[in-house]
Amino acid sequence: MTATLLSYDDVLAQFDPALGLEVHVELNTATKMFCGCPTVFGAEPNTQTCPTCLGLPGSMPVVNAKAVESAIRIGLALNCQIAEWCRFARKNYFYPDMPKNFQTSQYDEPIAFDGYTEVEVDGELYRVGIERAHMEEDTGKSTHIGTTGRIHGADYSLVDYNRAGIPLIEIVTKPVLGTGAKAPEVARAYVAQLRELLLGLGVSDVRMEQGSLRCDVNLSLAPKGADRLGIRTETKNVNSLRSVERATRYEMQRHAAVLAEGGKVLQETRHWHEDTGITTSGREKSDAEDYRYFPEPDLVPVAPSRDWVEQLRAELPEPPHEKRARLQAEWGFSDLEMRDTAGAGALGLVAETIAAGASPQTARKWWLGELARRANESEIDLGSLGVAPADVARVQSLVDEGTLNDKLARQVFDGLLDGEGTPDEIVAARGLAIVSDEGALSAAVDHAIAAHPDVADKIRDGKVAAAGALIGAVMKEMRGQADANRVRELILEKLG
Amino acid sequence: MSPDKRTAVELADALAAGETTSVEITRAHLDRIAAVDGDIHAFLHVDAEGALRDAAASDARRVAGESRGVLDGVPIAVKDVMATRGLPTTCGSRILEGWIPPYDATVVAHLRRAGLPILGKTNMDEFAMGSSTEHSAYGPTHNPWDLDRIPGGSGGGSAAAVAAYEAPLAIGTDTGGSIRQPGAVTGTVGVKPTYGGVSRYGLVALANSLDQPGPVTRTVVDAALLHEVIGGHDPLDSTSIDQPVPALVEAARRGADGDLTGVRIGVVRELGGEGYQGGVLTRFEESVELMTKAGAEVVEVSCPHFVHALATYYLILPAEASSNLARFDAMRYGLRVTPDGDPSAEDVMRATREAGFGDEVKRRIMLGTYALSSGYYDAYYGQAQKVRTLVSRDFDAAFQDADVLVSPTAPTTAFKIGEKVDDPLAMYLNDLATIPANLSGVPGISVPSGLADEDGLPAGVQILAPAMADDRVYRVGAALETLLVREWGGRLLDQAPALPAVGDAETPEGVR
Repeated sequence: MTATLLSYDDVLAQFDPALGLEVHVELNTATKMFCGCPTVFGAEPNTQTCPTCLGLPGSMPVVNAKAVESAIRIGLALNCQIAEWCRFARKNYFYPDMPKNFQTSQYDEPIAFDGYTEVEVDGELYRVGIERAHMEEDTGKSTHIGTTGRIHGADYSLVDYNRAGIPLIEIVTKPVLGTGAKAPEVARAYVAQLRELLLGLGVSDVRMEQGSLRCDVNLSLAPKGADRLGIRTETKNVNSLRSVERATRYEMQRHAAVLAEGGKVLQETRHWHEDTGITTSGREKSDAEDYRYFPEPDLVPVAPSRDWVEQLRAELPEPPHEKRARLQAEWGFSDLEMRDTAGAGALGLVAETIAAGASPQTARKWWLGELARRANESEIDLGSLGVAPADVARVQSLVDEGTLNDKLARQVFDGLLDGEGTPDEIVAARGLAIVSDEGALSAAVDHAIAAHPDVADKIRDGKVAAAGALIGAVMKEMRGQADANRVRELILEKLG
Repeated sequence: MSPDKRTAVELADALAAGETTSVEITRAHLDRIAAVDGDIHAFLHVDAEGALRDAAASDARRVAGESRGVLDGVPIAVKDVMATRGLPTTCGSRILEGWIPPYDATVVAHLRRAGLPILGKTNMDEFAMGSSTEHSAYGPTHNPWDLDRIPGGSGGGSAAAVAAYEAPLAIGTDTGGSIRQPGAVTGTVGVKPTYGGVSRYGLVALANSLDQPGPVTRTVVDAALLHEVIGGHDPLDSTSIDQPVPALVEAARRGADGDLTGVRIGVVRELGGEGYQGGVLTRFEESVELMTKAGAEVVEVSCPHFVHALATYYLILPAEASSNLARFDAMRYGLRVTPDGDPSAEDVMRATREAGFGDEVKRRIMLGTYALSSGYYDAYYGQAQKVRTLVSRDFDAAFQDADVLVSPTAPTTAFKIGEKVDDPLAMYLNDLATIPANLSGVPGISVPSGLADEDGLPAGVQILAPAMADDRVYRVGAALETLLVREWGGRLLDQAPALPAVGDAETPEGVR
């Protein structure tokens, strides 16, 4: 392990980074890649298995056509070529969570290849080349029981084969060059955009925390101006957008420290540790494992017809960056507003809120303000908050009608988060509507004037700004359920 | 007690006529197993209870007028390489000792659906690797013609069971000749269908691109009947052909009139001559002559790449097998050997595979692992696939000139147990003539051609047809069978020596 890191500025002064990202995406097909077992997350261990995904002697795989369709759509969305004919291959290695001790994958004939996508960082576009997107099956999941939680030092290990055979798409970029200081941000932006794209396609849940999107970061540094890439490391287990950025930055600094001392970077797998923010050495890859790939003889080649591919292409949703440009124009957002909205993962929510009748600015205000704050407090996604865009639009329309003010609206969100019903029901049940009864308001204003004679005198002397103190007192008496503008008018009338 | 020598057709007719019951037939065969299998050792597991239960159910269906087809009630033996729900399936290996599959192979499901009681599971070379059944971890099977000799392999158990009248029908699997060669050396009929014609789902794979289940019987028409029961498209096997099975029984019945007028028969120059036993060649030439007399037009064809078939086969097969057998790691089922100390999962895998696999299996795992290794793949596995294509082209060209191709099925008659067991290359040569069909996927049948003069042991003729033209092998096979039976004045198996009954009268049960 490297004790000292080079400062980031020093890294960039001496080296050019080359990035490579490998993303594994679990498809959300109803059944597994090669059998009819369900794919529900979180089921009792080993209840979603059959002879095929357990690799029992004699069992055979059958390709899930829906998974092939998803793979092709992903390929098309990443501007890839779609193979006219491709095969599965066996990747042979022994591991207890591999039912057959080979993984049925694709090797030199991926379903999709040679594509690209463009990501934006700080207003600049970076083109990320896509080497390939291929289909494979997931392995089982090992749980090592013991004090270490890892295989070494475990008392025993348990294997859950529910995950074995879940369809995966592995998306591999070409080396991404020329990102310089922005390498960590580009890495993050690529994964974020890929996530958005996959969500838009509806092919995966893309929940990084559940492992349905897993990211490995490949990184190498080359001395500035060198015409060949440096030795790379592959950092595994980078399972949040923030980690993608941090792990990239860390590896850049670690590589640079090794190289600056005249050392050689070891070609190896490294593990990212979210808690400590560092990577540690995994297995060495220098004597590259021999997986003895050969074409899977139990499966016939996949040969998607061109008509089908063109039909899938025609039905693709709008690409994320085009969609974003269109929405920004429609909504009239500034670049900063748009970036913040996208960065918060709120584009879809804001769009739906606008569709439900709110103005773009109010929709953005609620989602990126009050609701983002609450999501942060609970450490969950905005989308998982449990507040529907239509509810947000309704709250805003109540504000526009004068039934609620912003403070009362926040209380309606409390009710929504507590599951107390619709905004209208919450307003009724909590008695939150603004009091428009002039008599009650007038009385409250009189009380406030009487209670604060000094303030009242100042206003009478023309210091209108002092009215704020009286408004506060009135609002307090009215428990916030008053229209502050009307209160101000009344105060000024009475003291005018 | 004399064995029930009736063919499946005869048994089916008797059942249809109400002259007998499935329970009677099944019991008679179980009794025969009890009487002779101590000598033959064709079975690894006999399921008397299950077979009799299925037989009773078949009889009940027949009474109710709900019989499921011609073979409903005719018992059958199944090679131990096919997964059978609730019945042990060992593949002749220690590593699967005690494993009871939770599911049926598609072939087995077809048998159950058609009402054939399953008598038990037959012996085989471990994971179907061998040509003599000597590589079974549970001891060899003996040839009913001479108990000191091998019954062929890997499906020696199925062939011997049928030859010894322990079963009227059996299921075999043919990767390089494992149905046809045992058929030849036991005087029985064996068919390797077109690759993809019969589902492989539930067949514990030896070499996926070569394996094919098929019928093992005493007559050609019996094989056709059984083939029609087990054949057809299976959505669980991606390599199975989505086309109707040709009318095989009809083809066999048509051929049984012995007329071959207009049929072009190609004699493959490369499958004969040096390395073939004289008596085997003599019987083969006689068969060709009989077919000529019956109206066939005989041509000589050349398949120049067949000389590379054996070498090609011994690259492709071990490569696929080495990967297939990786799953036997003690983690989920089968044998588990736990070394002393504090072993890791890898230590357990290593110890189990060391103890659980026999020498021939280890030999082929090593060959296959090597052939697939980085840096050697192109030279071995890749090159073998190219030769495979050339073998297929040879077939294509030959089938331009001939409707079927013929050759001796195996170069020799049954050799002595122990004679070649320490000489793998000599053992591999047994499959010289049968391997090309597996490499290109074409169907083939072996029918008895008579007894070799030197040793009085059975020899066989192989008839090959283009892919999906399985009906041709049945037509020509049945014709040759008719012509030969006319010559002999009876079936070849009638000349087999009677077997002494050694078993006790009770029905055997369980693994031996």
